[in-house]
Amino acid sequence: MSETLIVKGGRVVDQSGSRLADVAIEDGRIVGVGADLSGGRILDAAGCVVSAGLVDLHVHLREPGKEEAETIETGSRSAALGGFTAIVAMPNTTPAIDSAAVVREVQELGRAANLVDVYVAGAITVGRKGTHLAPMGEMAALGVRFFTDDGNGVQDGRLMRRAMEYAVGLGVTLAQHCEDDAICGGGVMHEGEWSSRLGLPGQPSETEELMVMRDIILARLTGATVHFQHLSTRRSLDYIRQARAEGLPVSAEATPHHFTLTHAACAGYDTVFKVNPPLRTDDDVAAVRVALGDGSVDCIATDHAPHTSTDKELPFDQAPPGMIGLETALALALTELHLPIEKVLSLMSWQPARLARAIDAHGGVLRAGRPANLCVIDPLATWTVDASAMASKSRNSPFVGRSLRGRVRHTVFNGVAVVQDGEATR
Amino acid sequence: MTKHLRSISELNAEGLRSLLDLTDHMAEINRRPIPKVPALRGKTVVSLFYEDSTRTRLSFETAAKRLSADTMTFSVSTSSANKGESLRDTVETIEAMGIDAVIVRHKSAGVPWRLSDWLDASVINAGDGWHEHPTQAILDAYTIRNEAKKPFEELHVAIVGDVKHSRVARSNVAAFTMLGARVTLVAPPTLLPPSLVGWPVQVSHNLDDVVGTVDVAYCLRMQLERQEQSLVPSLREYTQLYGLTSHRADRLAEGAIIMHPGPMNRGVEIDPEVADRPNSVIAAQVTNGVSVRMAVLYWLLGSGTTLGGSDV
Repeated sequence: MSETLIVKGGRVVDQSGSRLADVAIEDGRIVGVGADLSGGRILDAAGCVVSAGLVDLHVHLREPGKEEAETIETGSRSAALGGFTAIVAMPNTTPAIDSAAVVREVQELGRAANLVDVYVAGAITVGRKGTHLAPMGEMAALGVRFFTDDGNGVQDGRLMRRAMEYAVGLGVTLAQHCEDDAICGGGVMHEGEWSSRLGLPGQPSETEELMVMRDIILARLTGATVHFQHLSTRRSLDYIRQARAEGLPVSAEATPHHFTLTHAACAGYDTVFKVNPPLRTDDDVAAVRVALGDGSVDCIATDHAPHTSTDKELPFDQAPPGMIGLETALALALTELHLPIEKVLSLMSWQPARLARAIDAHGGVLRAGRPANLCVIDPLATWTVDASAMASKSRNSPFVGRSLRGRVRHTVFNGVAVVQDGEATR
Repeated sequence: MTKHLRSISELNAEGLRSLLDLTDHMAEINRRPIPKVPALRGKTVVSLFYEDSTRTRLSFETAAKRLSADTMTFSVSTSSANKGESLRDTVETIEAMGIDAVIVRHKSAGVPWRLSDWLDASVINAGDGWHEHPTQAILDAYTIRNEAKKPFEELHVAIVGDVKHSRVARSNVAAFTMLGARVTLVAPPTLLPPSLVGWPVQVSHNLDDVVGTVDVAYCLRMQLERQEQSLVPSLREYTQLYGLTSHRADRLAEGAIIMHPGPMNRGVEIDPEVADRPNSVIAAQVTNGVSVRMAVLYWLLGSGTTLGGSDV
């Protein structure tokens, strides 16, 4: 039997509410939540919020295939430092996660890193090429519950319909990166005032909205559970509201960069601001913030997308899209959204835990018997983002130099403090 | 004084006017029997052309030589860029040889900004994607100042054609309006930028409405592949609606001039005969290009304290 760990002096916030309490942990599980617990090693939580661990539905770990940008281990450590205890790994690796063999490899590497639970998202189509269905059944048999061709939207409406019908039979969720290639024509940023001025090909908001509409229609047709990834436009969010009002089983996520940055950031051609879907207008940013507050969007997901400096030093139109986000997401939400911390944690912990089908181990209510996956947040700590201090292998954060409020003090994964006083312990 | 010339927006009206005045001095040098001065002796200028160019590259190199700068030419076909060397490694390697300015052309918008993040040398934009081509705009402004019959503040300039994909148009709109001209863009909506918010221009989709009212008819090059992208149904229809045909050129006002940045597609955006009319200043644009680029190099690299001083 391992020693008892007491998370002491904090305010416990979970799906059931908020109370001042200590949390006692033994053998990877919570054994008690209450006042004045003692008799073990103390993890100081004075002045802090003790929450169920954060869950990120959208992370690019780059392994296998692009280990110079990130590995499952470095990405997991970055996640733990950001307060996450579970992440969903996107399948746009090389090879793509489109078979049981690659699913197993990623699961094993996630277990070996042993810093967070790495849930695997499988590809909808073979090689993410959008032409043939991937063997979703053999991947589902290994526990995969989330399928997406993220990075690409499935362009062929008939194939997407078949994927949805098939997914219903497996009881899995399809997640879509909404981008209609025929409309966008190679756009590298939001189409509008700034793309026109900068002489860069743009992708209009309608590129995203067209696929959101199509997939809502297909969800109605098939009854499939559909998750909409990284929504970025006002009208996309309106379509989601309408679909929800109709009772369709749809969910949606939004990223920290889409509630904080606009296309004006691209003015100096700094590729750190190149991302897909692109940074959009002030009006879209405002709409994303409203949707996070009113529940139209279920969760915040980072779309953590590491890239090497060599790749990001390509010209703007050639550089790969994406930005890292695991270590800044919580602080950005706490600093920028002006929502109560309970609401932010709902968006970052129990809601995504439910969508990831990870509620046996993550999110939920902190009570005796539950796996001890939690994070301890100092909501008043202020700090300045420094990419060189991050655990991610890559440095492509658009938030470098920004002053943020709210910081992860400890992260407990399966009963072990993998982050203690802001430092990774393994 | 600015260190780089990446965009017309790095100048103000006063700076642009003094650059045009400096160009007058350079033009005077170019009329001498031996058109060479020691102004930039000891300075090294590299031309870094990632995209094909004849007139701009030769114009810059001639300008640098007439000011006695040492010149190096980097051409992509014979360089390590073909072996997969990154842009940053290439330019840092070149800078390590000791240089004062880089003249860069690249098919990607924004490359001059990245270079200036990495280098200490001055960066001169010789065309970045669809974005800007500032020395073209300065030579066009200089040509207009010499050839038009009215001051800039009274001029109406029509820029006709594929504005959307044109770095010349973006720089010209900025330069001409900075000097006080009124600018009308004439193009089908498919060849205009998706948004013109913040552009101090008027827009017309009908060249026949505009042609009789302008002092300058500026034709843009029509890329032949635009018809394959369904931006226009055919080049024939483009010429019918937006070409500066003989008939339209006849309707130009007395004193109006015809311009084109080259290379021309004669018979597409401009009638072959129109390009050679007396009121066409297309050849003067090329000639002025050398003087303007001398002025820009001297302005960025020279002592700069007395424009047109004793060493010029």
